[in-house]
Amino acid sequence: MSSNSGYVKEAPLVKGNHTFSSITALVADIVEKPTPFWWYIAFGISNLLMGLLFLMLGYLIWEGTGVWGLNNTVAWGWAIINFVWWVGIGHAGTLISAVLFLFRQGWRTAINRFAEAMTIFAVMCAGIFPAVHVGRIWVIYWVFPLPNQMQMWPNFQSPLLWDVFAVSTYFTVSLLFWYVGLIPDLATLRDRVKSKLAAKLYGAFALGWTGGNRQWQNYEKAYMLLAGLATPLVLSVHTIVSFDFAVSIIPGWHTTIFPPYFVAGAIFSGFAMVMTLMIIARKIYGLQDIMTIDHIEKMNIIILVTGWMVGFAYIMEFFIAWYSGVEYEKFAFVNRATGPYAWAYWIMMSCNVIAPNFFWFRKMRRSITVSFILSIVVNIGMWFERFVITVTSLAQDFLPGSWAYYSPTWVDVLTYVGTFGLFFTNFLLFLRFLPMIAIAEVKMVMPQADPHYYDEDGNEPVKETEELNEPNTNS
Amino acid sequence: MAQLFPKWANKVPKKLLLSVNLLLLAVIFGFWYWGSPKYTQVGYAPSQPIDYSHRLHAGELGIDCQYCHGSVMESANAGIPSTETCMTCHSQIATDSPMLEPLYEAWETGNPVEWVHIHKLPGFAYFNHSAHVNVGVGCATCHGRVDRMEVVMQSEPLSMGWCLDCHNNPEPYLRPVEEVTNMAWEPEEDHFEFARMVISKKNINPPIYCNACHR
Ligand code: HEC
Ligand code: HEC
Ligand code: HEC
Ligand code: HEC
Ligand code: HEC
Repeated sequence: MSSNSGYVKEAPLVKGNHTFSSITALVADIVEKPTPFWWYIAFGISNLLMGLLFLMLGYLIWEGTGVWGLNNTVAWGWAIINFVWWVGIGHAGTLISAVLFLFRQGWRTAINRFAEAMTIFAVMCAGIFPAVHVGRIWVIYWVFPLPNQMQMWPNFQSPLLWDVFAVSTYFTVSLLFWYVGLIPDLATLRDRVKSKLAAKLYGAFALGWTGGNRQWQNYEKAYMLLAGLATPLVLSVHTIVSFDFAVSIIPGWHTTIFPPYFVAGAIFSGFAMVMTLMIIARKIYGLQDIMTIDHIEKMNIIILVTGWMVGFAYIMEFFIAWYSGVEYEKFAFVNRATGPYAWAYWIMMSCNVIAPNFFWFRKMRRSITVSFILSIVVNIGMWFERFVITVTSLAQDFLPGSWAYYSPTWVDVLTYVGTFGLFFTNFLLFLRFLPMIAIAEVKMVMPQADPHYYDEDGNEPVKETEELNEPNTNS
Repeated sequence: MAQLFPKWANKVPKKLLLSVNLLLLAVIFGFWYWGSPKYTQVGYAPSQPIDYSHRLHAGELGIDCQYCHGSVMESANAGIPSTETCMTCHSQIATDSPMLEPLYEAWETGNPVEWVHIHKLPGFAYFNHSAHVNVGVGCATCHGRVDRMEVVMQSEPLSMGWCLDCHNNPEPYLRPVEEVTNMAWEPEEDHFEFARMVISKKNINPPIYCNACHR
């Protein structure tokens, strides 16, 4: 028996027989070519929506949080739901860029730049909500331990404060990670663009990158360290977001399963968002060779797995509520499924637990249409999950006398719609001016980057391959 | 290819990092110093509808504070004297003074004199004069030497930190209750023995839990 009997040839990560320079051209040309017409239209719409967001925020700050649909009983509404939703979406980027990097998953290189950008913009959208929901934005600096006339620190025992640190750390590390990854590609653009001004701009951010050996060594080390730093954040950020709920004593919130359940949900929704954006981008920019159908399949598998983790948590919550024997817990959960918000609960269940099951079938996993539709369905479901958690537990609390029904106002709705404007404005700028694929990293997972050239049986061939061009790193 | 950047550009990132951090610290310090009530509140001395002088009445004439701020020992508010209180003297004294015209006008029309409020806590903070004055915290501790002021000026920040500074350690500020309105009172040699004695006798225990002041 041959010692290589277990060797299965992996599908190539980059399709279409590309060379190093054709990859560079494929990605960098997007930035160098004139702006396509559709971009202006999309950018215009996004800008309008972003304007709407600022209008709504201005109105909120001027008038106070009374313009939202909150009432005495339901003191947390869409703002918190949107915050958790956007932060959750961000998690996919960090998982792809940090965790998959440490696990040496070569396929991440096709989507990591893209997903990290999404993370950063999503966290920006998320950050708005906790900041404005305090009502008096001008004293928001109280969340930081700064000296003040009250001689008070923020309450270090409160998860709301941990959240401030968790999210701001997360944003900083994500930004750094993204930026460090961009440096070699920025240098590539610097060397390719025609305009002097563009060269200077890319050059300034490329920090004098020449692609020398020493630079690559430092770069790889820095990248590894940042990946190590970012990995715990994948778990910690949404754990702490879940503490915002779990540390309270509200039935339906006070649940020990929350941290893992929130993290799984975050990754679930994040991958769905990456999928939505990626399916559009690869089509428009003709990047099917790099973001292949195999990538989509792998991501769909992750969506299926995390979807079931979330589904398990939903079911387990019910079980524990019954098993605990606590009347209030039982009521909280039965009320979710049958009470005034049952419609939201069942939207959540069907979108998050039932819909992803299509991905058990290979055909569905590899269908662009199905992937696209389900990715949107999942994100709708995850929004409703946060709605169900936040609103149902508050609306029917311990005192039936104070029960109330919560509905958002137009300001709530338009603010949420507006955050998409902010998100897509940033994202379109990213697509237009930065390489949306990590050019240098994709090259590392191409066969040309592996100088051994195993043949089908895993043996080293004797003959040289013609594709071995000059060992270039960034052109 | 020609170099895009001159040589000094190498140092820019480091310098940028340093200056951004310094700027941040400067901003924090600036707000902490110039933004604090010590800076923004102390010294507030609006001009009043009548050029009434504490230096003359409370200082030179030696009228006791309670003659005009009569509810200070009994209630939360010290109170501002009514027109009648002034008229106890000014129905006879300096009746032809042009400075007193607004007072006589108020007296005739029955409208109160519109004094400008100086020491003012936000509505969410509760303060009670009687609780302080009756255990021997003097007016001068919180309002300064009013008897030397031509126009009343806020001399303490009245910030929460200021309240707490005393609540955490009231000893240096206590005096015999008879002396609270005495502006010139100075602590004696054995002040701390006295203070400890008063504290244990009256069981003085200034609250520092939030809902003492934020009810
Ligand atoms: C003859 C009456 C009179 C006497 C005596 C008097 N005050 Fe006043 N006080 C007033 C009047 C009138 C005002 C309001 C006008 C002003 O602020 O100057 C006032 C205002 C004040 C204020 C400022 C109130 C605010 O708006 O914050 C303080 C503090 C004060 N007095 C303290 C004292 C103290 C301490 C004494 C004793 C040393 C004293 N007063 C004696 C009449 C008097
Ligand atoms: C206990 C008596 C007394 C009371 C009460 C009193 N005053 Fe006087 N006031 C005096 C005396 C005495 C003078 C000095 C008169 C002089 O210099 O001719 C004076 C002077 C003044 C002057 C200066 C007049 C000038 O022309 O120089 C003003 C203004 C004044 N008082 C306002 C008030 C006001 C307002 C009140 C009420 C809050 C008040 N006084 C209450 C006794 C009093
Ligand atoms: C522990 C500090 C403290 C002491 C002692 C104190 N005050 Fe005050 N005083 C204040 C504060 C704080 C305010 C503002 C209260 C507010 O806005 O509710 C004030 C307000 C006042 C006012 C404005 C009217 C009012 O009632 O709000 C007068 C007049 C006044 N004080 C007089 C006096 C006099 C007279 C004494 C001495 C008998 C005295 N105070 C002792 C802290 C003090
Ligand atoms: C110079 C000292 C001092 C300052 C300044 C001071 N306090 Fe006090 N305060 C005391 C003392 C002493 C007591 C305790 C009274 C007792 O135990 O009977 C007290 C008690 C109180 C109480 C309890 C009253 C009650 O009804 O039991 C309140 C409320 C209070 N202070 C509010 C304030 C506020 C608000 C400020 C700032 C604007 C302030 N204090 C500034 C000394 C001070
Ligand atoms: C001794 C009285 C006192 C106690 C005890 C106290 N405060 Fe205050 N606090 C004040 C006063 C007075 C102010 C207003 C200061 C100002 O703005 O001039 C204030 C202001 C504040 C403010 C600023 C509000 C605003 O909108 O500007 C906050 C927040 C606050 N307190 C929180 C607390 C908390 C939390 C606690 C308990 C840990 C507490 N306070 C205990 C007296 C007190």
